[in-house]
Amino acid sequence: MSWIVQQLWLVPALPFLAAGVLALTPRRHRRSAAGLAIGALTASLVLAGGAFAATLGQAGPDGFRAVVNFTWLETGAHAVRLGWVLDPLGAAMLVMVSFVGLLIFIYSVGYMAHDDNFTRFFCFLSLFAGAMLGVVIANSLLLLFICWELVGLASYLLIGFWFQKPEAAAAAKKAFITTRVGDLGLFVGMIWLYSAADTLVFYENGQGCLEQGMVTRLVATTAVAGMTLSTAISLLVLLGAMGKSGQFPLHVWLPDAMEGPTPVSALIHAATMVAAGVFLVARMFPLFAAQPDGATGESPALQAVTWLGAFTAVFAALIAVAQTDIKRILAYSTVSQLGYMFLGLGTGGVAVGMFHLLTHAFFKALLFLGAGSVIHGCHEEQDIRRLGGLRRTMPVTFATYAVGMMALAGVPLLFSGFWSKDEILHAAQGWKPSPWPFYLGVLGAGLTAFYMTRQMIFVFFGPNRTCARTHAAALTPHESPPVMTVPLAFLAICAVVLGFFGTPAWPWLQTYLEARPADLTAFDVSRLFAVGVLGLMVLSTAVVAAGLALGWWLYGRRPITDPAATDALELAQPGLFRLLHGKFHVDELYEATVVRWHAAWATLGELLDRWLWGGVVLLVHGLALGLAWTSRLLDEYVVNGGFDTACRRLVRGGRHMAGLATGKPQSYLRGLAAATAALALLLLWGGCR
Amino acid sequence: MTPLERYLVVAALLFGVGLAGALTRRNAILVLAGIELMLTAANLNVVAFWRHGGHGDATAGVMFVLFIIAVAAAETAVGLALIISIYRHRRTTHLDEVDTLKG
Repeated sequence: MSWIVQQLWLVPALPFLAAGVLALTPRRHRRSAAGLAIGALTASLVLAGGAFAATLGQAGPDGFRAVVNFTWLETGAHAVRLGWVLDPLGAAMLVMVSFVGLLIFIYSVGYMAHDDNFTRFFCFLSLFAGAMLGVVIANSLLLLFICWELVGLASYLLIGFWFQKPEAAAAAKKAFITTRVGDLGLFVGMIWLYSAADTLVFYENGQGCLEQGMVTRLVATTAVAGMTLSTAISLLVLLGAMGKSGQFPLHVWLPDAMEGPTPVSALIHAATMVAAGVFLVARMFPLFAAQPDGATGESPALQAVTWLGAFTAVFAALIAVAQTDIKRILAYSTVSQLGYMFLGLGTGGVAVGMFHLLTHAFFKALLFLGAGSVIHGCHEEQDIRRLGGLRRTMPVTFATYAVGMMALAGVPLLFSGFWSKDEILHAAQGWKPSPWPFYLGVLGAGLTAFYMTRQMIFVFFGPNRTCARTHAAALTPHESPPVMTVPLAFLAICAVVLGFFGTPAWPWLQTYLEARPADLTAFDVSRLFAVGVLGLMVLSTAVVAAGLALGWWLYGRRPITDPAATDALELAQPGLFRLLHGKFHVDELYEATVVRWHAAWATLGELLDRWLWGGVVLLVHGLALGLAWTSRLLDEYVVNGGFDTACRRLVRGGRHMAGLATGKPQSYLRGLAAATAALALLLLWGGCR
Repeated sequence: MTPLERYLVVAALLFGVGLAGALTRRNAILVLAGIELMLTAANLNVVAFWRHGGHGDATAGVMFVLFIIAVAAAETAVGLALIISIYRHRRTTHLDEVDTLKG
């Protein structure tokens, strides 16, 4: 086994170490803090690159896979084993996470330049990077879960980074609690898996819980309601993935998470952490896909994944259409794209979902960082109605943002999003159980093109509406410094180039991830013109073009000059717009059901606490007080009284006795004389007798 | 020879005078003098009993008395010294006023 596999733990350990050191660094060491965080992640990136290179050669029958396992905890006959694994899936994620992370770290140096808590920010970022890399290399569901929760913690800390803002604090809380609902499912699934398989290690020479023998065993067992055990566990794990990846109905936290600093939104809530749910499903794919012998079609768990993804993709895209906050539009777009990834996983397998995950990570990070650049340049203005005309004042941001927008919208041929989304649609088209996920996917693609066009027009075209609102000319937008624009340029290049690794003509990434036969790897343009592929490409191009055209027709024909003007869509469909603008009122629904139910229980608990337990406590309190009073009275009047009386008598006696001691010798002499006389009389009397 | 009873009566009178002086006088010196008188009465008794006892030739009684006188003299000297010391401190020899030992 090569050196890189043995030392793979260093990849997450270095950022962890940096986070630990940064936690102890005083605030004034801003430059060294940023340097340390960036240096540690650069080292991780180099190691990740080495690991990636190692996975390219010497493929086994299932592709390259190397594991290092060790016993972590031993109790009686049971031993909990942890370990790490290096395989194409993990290696691709490692490179993506550390590369995107590094660019965002560098960008943050510029974006957070004026923040007082610069070192704290880099400490949290490093913690996050370490945890995320840990999720990727984990070869045990337990280790994955530990890092998974650390990722959640880092996300919580970073959303609430500006905790002085009440909205940020509330958003952090909401994110933490909502994901916790999903994590509970993952936790239960993990325990169930451990009790059934007696191991949580994924791969271990045929003993791991994802390997053939164990999966066969899990499939053979029936859990509840005719579900096989593997399905039940998969669905619970999927619950965790839903929470983390913001899938309906646990998506509500992700848009609110945009209260955090923009680099955080880019790194965590767009590119990497939210993809952890998709990665988890991809990692546990053998379990999800497991079917009993003789069963045909798709496994129930994968069907659930597919429907969930298809529904969320359209649902979130619809909401994104009517939002006005630049980051919230991107957030709903992220939810929608994550839905696509699930759709891809469910219909096409690991490679399809992961391809979109990787391309999306780059162009969504690009879009978020672009949005951050806009916000930075326009003095914290996030409402797209009050932006506008930035095409002229922020040319670099505009150019890179346009690349990201076209990649997300799926503009054909040149942009990575087109290829990865096409791959998903292609897989969905071939899905046996139902054609609907495919239709939903196509609809979502059109919507994506539409809302991104709307955002572009609002932000970058037309006159600048910032000045209309603000008074000073000093607040005109300005281009961001190079430390922010250079990462944008890098990401823009990646957003274009990455698509070429997964085109139907050269499906290198799919081959790499799924260890397909080598003859598929060769470059072959003719595959582009296969009937299904070409037809789908034409269809998706048409849908995207329709979306773009509709967006332009509604918003681009006349320049928008008034920030308060009614939205063009609202003019056409006021009811629909209100529903979408209100995010389908999911938040309100939760407010009215879950939150109120919760509040009712809390009130009940409070009443119980106040009256029942409070009463008991009061009773005990009264009893104790009564006892204390009795004891005090006894003490005061019986014990003290007796004692005092005795003392008083003693004192009085003493005083009497003291009266005898007059201090005058003659009174003593008098006593002496009287005594002598008495003695004499006694003797005389005795003598007479 | 004068009978023993007369000696005893004289001694008793002497003792009574001494006791009365010691008890009634306020001046410490006079109290001391009273005490000396009582001591003398006792000495007289000792000598009288010796003279009328069976061993007139032995000198034990006289020796006793001589010793008592010497010791009494020493004692009186100590007593006077104390009185002088008290007088220096308190500017008085009245026993009524010297009552620091009062309980």
